[in-house]
Amino acid sequence: MREQSRTTRLGLRVLALGYLALLLGIPVGLVLYRTFEHGAGAVWSSVTTPAAIHAFQLTLEIAAIAVPLNTVLGVLTALVLVRGRVRGKPVLEAIVDLPFAISPVVVGLSLVLVYGRTGWLGPWLTDHGIQIIFSLPGMVIATVFVSLPFVAREVTPVLREIGDEQEQAAATLGASSWQAFWRITLPAIRWGVAYGVVLTVARCIGEFGAVSVVSGKVAGESETLTLLVEKRFGNFDLAGAYAASALLALIALATLLLMTRLNPRKEGRP
Amino acid sequence: MATVASSERGAPVRRRAGVHRRARAGGTGALPMGVVTVWLSVIVLLPLAALTAKSLGDGTGSFWHAVSSRAAVDALAFTLVVSLIAAAINAVTGTLVAWVLVRDDFRGKGVVNALIDLPFALPTIVAGLTLIALYGQDSPVGIDVTYTRTAVLLALLFVTLPFVVRSVQPVLIELDREMEEASTSLGATPGQTFRRIVLPNLRPAILSGAALSFARAVGEFGSVVLISGNVPFRTEVSSVYIFKLQESSDSPVAAAAVSVVLLAVSLTVLVGIRVLERRGGDRGHA
Repeated sequence: MREQSRTTRLGLRVLALGYLALLLGIPVGLVLYRTFEHGAGAVWSSVTTPAAIHAFQLTLEIAAIAVPLNTVLGVLTALVLVRGRVRGKPVLEAIVDLPFAISPVVVGLSLVLVYGRTGWLGPWLTDHGIQIIFSLPGMVIATVFVSLPFVAREVTPVLREIGDEQEQAAATLGASSWQAFWRITLPAIRWGVAYGVVLTVARCIGEFGAVSVVSGKVAGESETLTLLVEKRFGNFDLAGAYAASALLALIALATLLLMTRLNPRKEGRP
Repeated sequence: MATVASSERGAPVRRRAGVHRRARAGGTGALPMGVVTVWLSVIVLLPLAALTAKSLGDGTGSFWHAVSSRAAVDALAFTLVVSLIAAAINAVTGTLVAWVLVRDDFRGKGVVNALIDLPFALPTIVAGLTLIALYGQDSPVGIDVTYTRTAVLLALLFVTLPFVVRSVQPVLIELDREMEEASTSLGATPGQTFRRIVLPNLRPAILSGAALSFARAVGEFGSVVLISGNVPFRTEVSSVYIFKLQESSDSPVAAAAVSVVLLAVSLTVLVGIRVLERRGGDRGHA
């Protein structure tokens, strides 16, 4: 009996780890190996071409706008969802979740239909000389859209869990709601916020589909890192595509490290 | 937040009432609510409204024409079927992985546990390229699945891997082992104990994880676009079909119409998950 359960356990372990290795471990390892098999010098020169450097900067620039926006408004959304006493909260919650369920391509297309030349606001924008689609603002809006839910989603359960007793106590002692937020609420939810921010950053840097639709894809102008990977692959520059991918993979691994450090989903919290 | 301001400075009794109201409002007066509503409307609802309006812009006739073209139907059918298969496989492998991570113990478990989230952190285009490295033309093991439907399935399995694992894991951790021990001491085999005791407890979590991976798979684009070759009528998923339509840009109505259908599918799944979670919550799993 004991012997049998031991074999079962080993069998399950081999199955699970084998599946993970074939789907995840070996492919990712192989990409890193392929990237560096001709030496780090080739990789370095491939990720320091002007186009690559610009793509890297643009990616960071977009994230630098989208992440703070989604952080502040994500926390605010979570506060409204948990503490607010308004009707229609399930509807709000569903809207917050929407970006998770929409194909990035559909996001891009929808934005073109609002801000594009023939879109709803197109004529007005053209009259005022503002270009959104095929330039930075469009890429930022697309990125904000796809990464909108993370902070709100991570903070909501934490807020629910801590309850509002301490906030009430602070209010009783004469704190303004602003003070209560800074001194009581924010410190209590900071890990949830941090985790949400890490997820938002990862999504912003890795976004491809939505940005691909609204970007003009001009090298050195409107090309992000993920778009660069696609272009190099399309141009049969496999080594270049691997190098840019490795850079993105390293960012992802750093993200992962932060995620495990910050993971609020420890035992006991579903 | 600062808007639910400090105007209550009256008599002690009144003041307490005021404080109480303020505390319960807890930083969510009319202004935050308004800001959040405007934010969500501008970022999320406005584009989707434009999309829906565009899809019906030339009348319902063109909508149906676009949605029922052979290419659109084929792409949608393939997308739904392959996403369903991916969700089903995830239900099994995800539960297996979660089980091993919770109940088994081996060296390096922490690393494996951390790596589960890699598909969430890795850009989808890199995920696609990663799979091409092992299962593409230059495969070191001689397996080339590029431009096949298997390739699409593989890409979807990669990007949706964490969903079931991460939804089953916490439930499994909290599961009371006494029930299983009782079952074993009453003479049940491990298989029976798993089917009759463990599985019923995990079912809501498995279902919601599988539904999430389905919803994700239906809209997936980045990981699929390189490895599938986007062969019309064969390996083309709906999101790629929409991408091609909008890029050729002579048929924004058609692209919008197919998008609306895809959107409706995702929305249905999303609402389904909510209902499922609510029911699960009532049974005390949440």
